[in-house]
Amino acid sequence: MAGNTLTAQVQGGAADTVKRLFVKLGILPFLLVIAIVVFTLMSDNFLTPRNLMNVLRQSVYLMIVSLGQMMALLTGGFDLSVGTILALSSVTGAMAMAAFYAAFPEMAGVAIALGCLAGIAAGVSVGVMNGVGVAFFNVSPFMMSLGMASVGFGVALYLTGGVPVYGMPQAFGDVFGFGMLFGIPAPVYVAAVLVLALYAFLNWTPQGRYFYAVGGNLKAASLSGINTTGTLFLTYVLCAFFAAVAGMLLTARLDTGEANIGASMPLESIAACVIAGVSLRGGVGRLENVVLGALFIGLVQNGMNLARIESYLQTVVLGALLILAVIADQIRLRYVASLKD
Amino acid sequence: MSNGHAETQEGTRPPAASPLLQTKAVSKEYPGVRALDGVDFDLLPGEVHVLFGENGAGKSTLISILAGANQPSAGQILYRGEPVTLHSVHDARAYGISAVFQEFSLIPQMTVEENLFLGAEPTRAGFTDRARIRREALEILDELGFALRPEQRVDHLTRAEQQMVEIAKAFRSDLSVLILDEPTASLTNHETDHLFGLIGQLTQRGVGIVYITHRMAEIRRIGDRITVLRDGAYIDTLDAKTASEDDLVRLMTGRVVGGIFPALDLGEPGEPVLEIHNLSTAGETVVDASMTVRAGEIVGMAGLVGSGKSELMQACFGAGPIESGSVLLKGRDITGNTPRRNIRAGFLYLPADRRNEGLMMMRSVRENVSLASLDIAPFSNGVVLDRSGEVRAVTALAGRLNLSPPRIERAVDHFSGGNQQKAMLARSLTRAYDLIVFDEPTVGVDVGTRASIYQFIVELAKSGTAIVLISSDLPEILHLTTRAYVFYRGRVQAELKADQLTEENVLAHFFEREAA
Repeated sequence: MAGNTLTAQVQGGAADTVKRLFVKLGILPFLLVIAIVVFTLMSDNFLTPRNLMNVLRQSVYLMIVSLGQMMALLTGGFDLSVGTILALSSVTGAMAMAAFYAAFPEMAGVAIALGCLAGIAAGVSVGVMNGVGVAFFNVSPFMMSLGMASVGFGVALYLTGGVPVYGMPQAFGDVFGFGMLFGIPAPVYVAAVLVLALYAFLNWTPQGRYFYAVGGNLKAASLSGINTTGTLFLTYVLCAFFAAVAGMLLTARLDTGEANIGASMPLESIAACVIAGVSLRGGVGRLENVVLGALFIGLVQNGMNLARIESYLQTVVLGALLILAVIADQIRLRYVASLKD
Repeated sequence: MSNGHAETQEGTRPPAASPLLQTKAVSKEYPGVRALDGVDFDLLPGEVHVLFGENGAGKSTLISILAGANQPSAGQILYRGEPVTLHSVHDARAYGISAVFQEFSLIPQMTVEENLFLGAEPTRAGFTDRARIRREALEILDELGFALRPEQRVDHLTRAEQQMVEIAKAFRSDLSVLILDEPTASLTNHETDHLFGLIGQLTQRGVGIVYITHRMAEIRRIGDRITVLRDGAYIDTLDAKTASEDDLVRLMTGRVVGGIFPALDLGEPGEPVLEIHNLSTAGETVVDASMTVRAGEIVGMAGLVGSGKSELMQACFGAGPIESGSVLLKGRDITGNTPRRNIRAGFLYLPADRRNEGLMMMRSVRENVSLASLDIAPFSNGVVLDRSGEVRAVTALAGRLNLSPPRIERAVDHFSGGNQQKAMLARSLTRAYDLIVFDEPTVGVDVGTRASIYQFIVELAKSGTAIVLISSDLPEILHLTTRAYVFYRGRVQAELKADQLTEENVLAHFFEREAA
């Protein structure tokens, strides 16, 4: 009897600690631990430095898109057009690059620079439209980005006629797709620079703070003298910029401009953010967690590949994880009220 | 039916009449606020029982509990002597308890008849019986004498007409208790007469009416008993026919608070800081208002909620549209400027609704305090935030305002109402402001915090800041301002100088007085 009570108390104490950790850190650490344990048991190749580097390289594209998605979520909206932006920038960038390279075959470097610029500009233009709609005309982010997703995808298909774009300089893929420096893939460096830059922007500048304020309480932000319209506009432009950079990196990896890439990006990027504790109500979210969230999704996909889980089933798992994360967030909110700190 | 509760009544009714609806020590707590504190209330059949009290006194919370829209944290509700639990408005309606709230529960895109029968549509063979809905809707509207057509869409109606639909909705089912929250606020005299006629008929049938109003004339005309609430607590129950207005105001505001106001030893006011000339806003919420505020004085703006006092200041600050007129800050035209420009020019408005308009509830105190001043030192150098400077400045402000607990990284949501208010007020110290508008700075704030907020406001004025204090709380206007404007229905009704600032004078413009 006495032993039982004691066990119950110990269990109660452990449960309380887990509860506190859950409230403080969210669901992500728990999911990470579970995923690592499960996949290590399922495949010997999972927990090897080589494979983990693979995971990192594969996750980079989603990670960059998630940075932008996080901005949209922070301000209380979201961006469903990130996939389209990826595709449009890939197609436009590849076409511009291939055209310039065909005209001036000796100027590969200039072709790459111009192509990337064109691709990113095309992607950002979608973000500008999103921003105009959401910030100036008060269109709900849902409708605006859903509409632009269709518009952008249509344009990308129209430009290419549905076939992949070839003819980019070899160097583009060699450097930005497959390049390595000190044993680390080139896209990882790009992602690292973007993450550091956005971290500094969000946490060390007044404007960075304003994204949180606009999502935290739009009216209060406005009454505190914050340019809420400009902040919302900037949000969607930045979100598109990140997606477009990811689009160009993916183009380099694939060596073709494709209109069909990025279809899973809206769901995956929102999942990465939500699993990382970014609130769907806006105003709450940490960049470092979003980076981990994107890595987690890459980890799960990689693990499922190694464990030979069919790709159709993988989508099921991903959707389920997203819903689980949202439910966990709701439960966490309830606990927050009872624990306070 | 039970009759064991007669001893709790202080009214004039014979004790034989047992209460229709009764609350025993009902309390309601919200995070950080105790909205109701052990309130006993009883409603007899056939009486009109008026609830009286300031904004935030707990009237609305009490009726929302009676109507099932809210559940008490503690205490008991008895219906005809039997304890009942009202989980929802639907539950309450099953007992014949219906409420008409100030915030309409109408669906704007639906028609009048659809709204009337929402949630209780008569059906025939599983389909809604539209013919019956039309017939019964017409019957109800006829009986009430409301000139409405059942097929009109609610969003095409005026506010008064929507109010009528809301009232008609309560009449849909068999009534035993009807709760009315300032029902005449948007009705014309004729419509009001009609409503009172109906109330008369209902009370004859033994229906009990809970009635919230600020208007003395209405209390006299239809009230039987008055229960006064203050700060969520039950104060007293009086006979409506004999209670004097002065008694009511005394009970409502509570004279005992005299000690919480600091001495108003302000110097002579300086130059005009804010000048408003003939300002009107769209929708006539403010009509042709003019006023002046000088450096180092505290100017009060009194009037009921919705009288236009807040709307005027919001329009000046750039948070609401201006239709005509002009606003000058230190002699310079700021008409139509954004809040951003006004804040940088030295004009701050602190809203009344801290939860919805003032604070980012899930963010820390530190971020909430510094929000409006992130472009200047010590919070940043204009480009990059100075995090340690921010922490130092906010810690100092938290100390000065006695934030409790003094943990500036904790989310604002987890502080009490009074401390949330301090976090918002601290914003006024993060920049050198020439003019600060406090809109209802002590709503939902405990007495201790009130005192420190008053002290804080007076200190600001002493340092030469021009202060505007918008308040529906009469003692605040009387004890904390050097001059006051009284608003009534969007107009400046009166300007009262220091020597004219008496309860009598303010009230003369505050309430709609009986013909005198």
